[in-house]
Amino acid sequence: MNVAELFGSVGAIGYGLAAIGPGIGVGLIFGLGVQAIARQPEAYNLLRQNMILGFVLTEALALIGFVAPFVYPTS
Amino acid sequence: MTATTLALASLHAAEAPLDEEEGGFHAPGTEIFNFDPLFSIGGLEVTKPMVMAFFGTAIVVTLFYVACANPKMVPGKLQALVELGYTFVRDDIARSIIGKRGDKYVPLLVSLFFFVWILNLFAVIPLLQFPVTSRIAYPAVLAIIVYLLFIFLGIKHQGPVGYFKNMMFPPGIPKPVYVILAPLEFISTILVRPFTHAVRLFANMFAGHVLIAFFAVTAYYFIVETQGLGIVIGVAGFIMTIAMTGFEMFIQVLQAFIFTLLAAVYIQSSVEVDH
Repeated sequence: MNVAELFGSVGAIGYGLAAIGPGIGVGLIFGLGVQAIARQPEAYNLLRQNMILGFVLTEALALIGFVAPFVYPTS
Repeated sequence: MTATTLALASLHAAEAPLDEEEGGFHAPGTEIFNFDPLFSIGGLEVTKPMVMAFFGTAIVVTLFYVACANPKMVPGKLQALVELGYTFVRDDIARSIIGKRGDKYVPLLVSLFFFVWILNLFAVIPLLQFPVTSRIAYPAVLAIIVYLLFIFLGIKHQGPVGYFKNMMFPPGIPKPVYVILAPLEFISTILVRPFTHAVRLFANMFAGHVLIAFFAVTAYYFIVETQGLGIVIGVAGFIMTIAMTGFEMFIQVLQAFIFTLLAAVYIQSSVEVDH
C-alpha cells in the first residue's frame, strides 16, 4: 500500500530533516558559549576550546545525514 | 608538461557541468569530483588529486626543512612564520588538550595540521582549484592512522583489559545504567569515532567545493550564455563566488584545526584515564 508517493530527490529531504537537530544544538552551544564568555571573559581560551569541541560533535549528526544519500543511492 | 595537463584538467573540470549541446542551466553535481587519469604508471592510473597530494606533501616537507634545517637563535622571516604555526599547534592543541604529556605528540599533530590545511587550501588556488580532502580516501587514511594510534596508546597505557574496561565501564555510575552505557560507549569509540573523524573533513570540503562551483556556474551561465535581465542573477552569483571563496578559506583552516584537535582529544582519552 502506498500512502504517499514522492518524486525528486529524497536525499535532499533527508538532509533537511537531519539538519534540524544539529541546527538547534549548534545554536545552543554558541549561544550559551557567548553568554559564558560575556560572564567570564578571562576563561575565554577554555570556553572556546569546549565550544569548538561541542560544535564539532553536534555537527557530526548533520554530516552523517549529508553522506547518507551517497551510502544508500536510490538507483 | 605536467603543469599544462593540470591546467587542462582543471579547465575541463570547471566546464564539465555546462553541457553545450543540450543547452539550459545545469547545476554542478558529483561529476566535478571525478577526473580522467592523467597518465598511468604500471597499471596505476594517476589522477589530478593524486598529483596534488604529492605536491602538497612536497610543499609541507620543503617548507619545514628550509625553515628549520639550520635554526637560528634570532629567527629569520620564514623561520619565524613556521615557528608561529608550530607554537600554535603545540600550545593551543597539544598542551591545552593532552597536557604535559602532549609534547611527545606535537610532531604528529603539526604534520597533520599543515598537511590537511595545504590539501584543503588547494580548493582556492587558481588552476589547482580542487580540495584533495574532498576525495574520501585522503581523510579516511589520516583518520585510520589516528585510530590505530589511539587504540595502541590506550592498550599501552591502560593494558588490553583495562583499556576496554575504562572505556565501557566508567566508574561512578549506577549499575543498571551500564546495560545501556557499555554497548553505546563501545560503538561510539570503536566504530563511530573514525567514521565521523574522516567524514567531517570530507563532507565539509565536498560541500564547500560544490557550493563554489554552483555559484561560479550560475555566474558564467547568466552573464556569458544568456542575455537580458538574467544578468542580475549572474552578477549576484559572481559576488557570491568571491564571498564563498573567502568563507571557504576560513572553513579550511577551521577544519584542519578541528581534525587535529580531535586527534589530540582521542590521544588524550587513551593516555589518561578519567577518574
